[in-house]
Amino acid sequence: MSATGIGAAVRRKEDHRFITGQGRYTDDVNRPGQAHAYFLRSPHAHATISGIDTGAAASMPGVLGIFTGADLAADKIGGLICGWMIHNKDGSPMRAGAHPALAQGKVRYVGDHVAVVVAETLAQAKDAAEAIVVDYQELPAVVDTATAAGAGTVIHDEAPDNTVFNWHLGDKAATDKAFAGAAHVTRLDLVNNRLVPNAMEPRAAVGDYDAGDGVFTLFTTSQNPHVARLVLSAFIGIAPENKLRVIAPDVGGGFGSKIFIYAEETVCVWAAKKVGRPVKWTADRTEAFLSDAHGRDHVTHAELATDGDGRILGLKVHTKANLGAYLSTFSSSVPTYLYAPLLSGQYNIPAIYCEVDAVYTNTAPVDAYRGAGRPEATFVIERLMEVTARQLGKDPAKFRMQNYIRSFPHQTPVIMMYDAGNYGASMKKALEMIDYKGFGKRKRDSARSGKLRGIGFSSYIEACGIAPSAAVGSLGAGVGLWESAEVRVNPVGTVEVLTGSHSHGQGHETTFAQLVSDRLGIPIDNVSIIHGDTDKVQMGMGTYGSRSGAVGMSAIFKAIDKVIAKGKKVAAHVLEADEADIDFADGHFSVKGTDRKLDFGSCALQAYVAHKFNGQELEPGLKEGAFYDPTNFTFPAGVHICELEIDPQTGVTRIERWAAVDDFGNIINPMIVEGQVHGGIAQGVGQALLEGARYDAEGQLVTASFMDYCMPRADDLPSFDVGMTVTPCPSNPLGIKGCGEAGAIASPPAVINAITDALGHEDIAMPATPQAVWRAAQKSISRLAAE
Amino acid sequence: MATVSMTVNGKPVTGNVEPRTLLVQFLRENLRLTGTHVGCDTSQCGACVVHVDGKAVKSCTTLAIACEGMAVTTIEGLAAGDTLHPMQEAFREHHGLQCGYCTPGMIMAAVDMVNRRGHVLDEKTIREDLDGNICRCTGYHNIVKAIAAGAEAMGKTGMPVRQAAE
Repeated sequence: MSATGIGAAVRRKEDHRFITGQGRYTDDVNRPGQAHAYFLRSPHAHATISGIDTGAAASMPGVLGIFTGADLAADKIGGLICGWMIHNKDGSPMRAGAHPALAQGKVRYVGDHVAVVVAETLAQAKDAAEAIVVDYQELPAVVDTATAAGAGTVIHDEAPDNTVFNWHLGDKAATDKAFAGAAHVTRLDLVNNRLVPNAMEPRAAVGDYDAGDGVFTLFTTSQNPHVARLVLSAFIGIAPENKLRVIAPDVGGGFGSKIFIYAEETVCVWAAKKVGRPVKWTADRTEAFLSDAHGRDHVTHAELATDGDGRILGLKVHTKANLGAYLSTFSSSVPTYLYAPLLSGQYNIPAIYCEVDAVYTNTAPVDAYRGAGRPEATFVIERLMEVTARQLGKDPAKFRMQNYIRSFPHQTPVIMMYDAGNYGASMKKALEMIDYKGFGKRKRDSARSGKLRGIGFSSYIEACGIAPSAAVGSLGAGVGLWESAEVRVNPVGTVEVLTGSHSHGQGHETTFAQLVSDRLGIPIDNVSIIHGDTDKVQMGMGTYGSRSGAVGMSAIFKAIDKVIAKGKKVAAHVLEADEADIDFADGHFSVKGTDRKLDFGSCALQAYVAHKFNGQELEPGLKEGAFYDPTNFTFPAGVHICELEIDPQTGVTRIERWAAVDDFGNIINPMIVEGQVHGGIAQGVGQALLEGARYDAEGQLVTASFMDYCMPRADDLPSFDVGMTVTPCPSNPLGIKGCGEAGAIASPPAVINAITDALGHEDIAMPATPQAVWRAAQKSISRLAAE
Repeated sequence: MATVSMTVNGKPVTGNVEPRTLLVQFLRENLRLTGTHVGCDTSQCGACVVHVDGKAVKSCTTLAIACEGMAVTTIEGLAAGDTLHPMQEAFREHHGLQCGYCTPGMIMAAVDMVNRRGHVLDEKTIREDLDGNICRCTGYHNIVKAIAAGAEAMGKTGMPVRQAAE
């Protein structure tokens, strides 16, 4: 392993600009003559609009234009789309209502977009927005996930009982049969709390229009600028793709929330032509809370059947999923195909049946947030495993190991074919790291100081490397989920890689360069990674679902293969040898069995000067592209163990130890991988202990700032003990599985299993705030006193 | 409009601003120093931390005109030419950043922490003192390591602290 190659903890190439304040985020972009947009948003969760009077506002100082849904309709600008078709149990398509970028006669959540004011300054735009008179007729709000279906108030006419779809997966009859023969059934009612992703950089957009050549340019906070261009062009109708450039520059975190195509960027780029000026919009934090797609929000009843020996026989799950007021870009896939296929966890479960009822409510749209469906599935199975172990009087680690899948490939009853894994190895290592044997003593020590200590397990699995195009197409995806790469070798042997992946914190400029440096034998500083600009980079699908390593880098790998193959042809001419006799290793083309060789840079120069070969027989130049379509999902898996201590006097939970053992397959840069694990755990601990988006009964978001929505801070978290096991992924050339979401998937059940272990309760709702834990602890204490 | 003059990263600057202009707006929009970020508007996240007369302040809740005559240091002014400040170097070395958005505020807060609390900082101290800064990417694990290492490195380079003055 070289100091900068695959497997090395290379310090990040991109960091210099970030630590010196030279990062270039969307809000840092300023175009000559730029005007500012402010969105007038609905103060009501549900209302019809009988009129919008912009007259007084339009004549206010600095106002360049005020636009409503009628103006978009007049320009034939289409609504926002949902790109994944789900079918009901009876085969009929899901019931999707229209999603206009600016309201068309009705608003459906607080923060819904009513009008936009474009003015010389943001302050002028805000002042003018206050002078717009909107005639609302309020309607009752539907807020609650569990009771939204048939609530009596209709949010979209297309879905008269507010149900988007009733979907299912698995074999109901086989599962019922398994339950009929069970020795024990564990039943749990679970709520997966609603979260706000809260990337630190709020969403932003700068739209520009060049009247000279009719080209629109949109700078936007996107994880997938090409998909944004495709949707804005082909579905919304802003401009043909060749007249629309989308640039996602440095993006300050995404976690899913910046995958989607939102109203604001649509309106900004369209309005730039209307007012003849560049138009900039940046969300303030409360706008972000109101209008970014939220995550999770499931209400679930789940049952696990076991035989007399503690072997799992079957799993039944019924989930109600809140999709909010409109179907966001990938929302329908999250509680269905990103959820139910993961319900088998790491276990041999012969029969699984899952039903999902998805509902509209008068709340912000809900879509993918770090893990997207997989954390919800893991929470269901890992809470059931822990509670079942307790009910059967078994050790929770041993009960899991008893039911682990041991032979691969393994076909689960819910679509997935697990290709490789060694779950017992991860558990064994995690138990050592946390010193499981010493837990009893630590618990007694805690008890002596009046504290309650608990330990909780989570054996998670996820499906990453999203995804084989034909497979997801058959499940309803509107796009293929391959990735593209172009490897452009310059005449001096330096390399630019144009990737369809997008980096918003993941460190692609470093890890992708490590791959190129390693394979071409050139210094890492000679490699530049280019992404995020549709004018520079060929069509690509972007970054989400831990796909950039397994899919994005595999595309680069494939393109490098082609570069080497072409280089061999060039080298054969230069070295006057047969192409079949040319080897490439350590940055040199050489002739087998001789000392004749040509370094990579010289080969590149020869390819471009094209003096040593016939340019009609062998094309000059050295630049190759590839599209890589994965053959399977990848299956990262691991074990996280959380050990915590509760102060029953205050309800404060302190996480004392965290052992994470993850199997991500082969690893490109362990420093970056560990960083991804840390960040994922923090978000999962946030879900379990601190975070929760709350709407009141009228549909007002009462957690709409960092003063009301509790984000994890440094003193809420411990340092994490992170370890790895390695089972290479067999389905891609690098053997890598993906690591971006694992921490967020694994951690919530680990925390809740530990809290309930400490308290001696079966369940506690997330977030387990000090108040909730204190209440539960008082019950434990009175019960213990009574015993 | 009001005229405001201050020193920013060692250079005297003057601007005409509306009295309601925040320091962060003055830095980002008038001076185009876009390294200082806005993450929350409510003084919670610390992405906007700069130093005013040597002390960390949240520039999203400071009026520009309140800084009349003062010396402001932003992330752009922390390095000595091409030589990174030890705290910048420590964040890079210990992978204390991912998306980079909270990073300028984190680094400015960290330098202030060393100024107040000295060159030897344990994990508990760092975690508690960092409660005005939010990072969504790193889980803080590597930020804590970076600050401890940066503090130590500041000591080795003989950077003075103001600890005694407090």
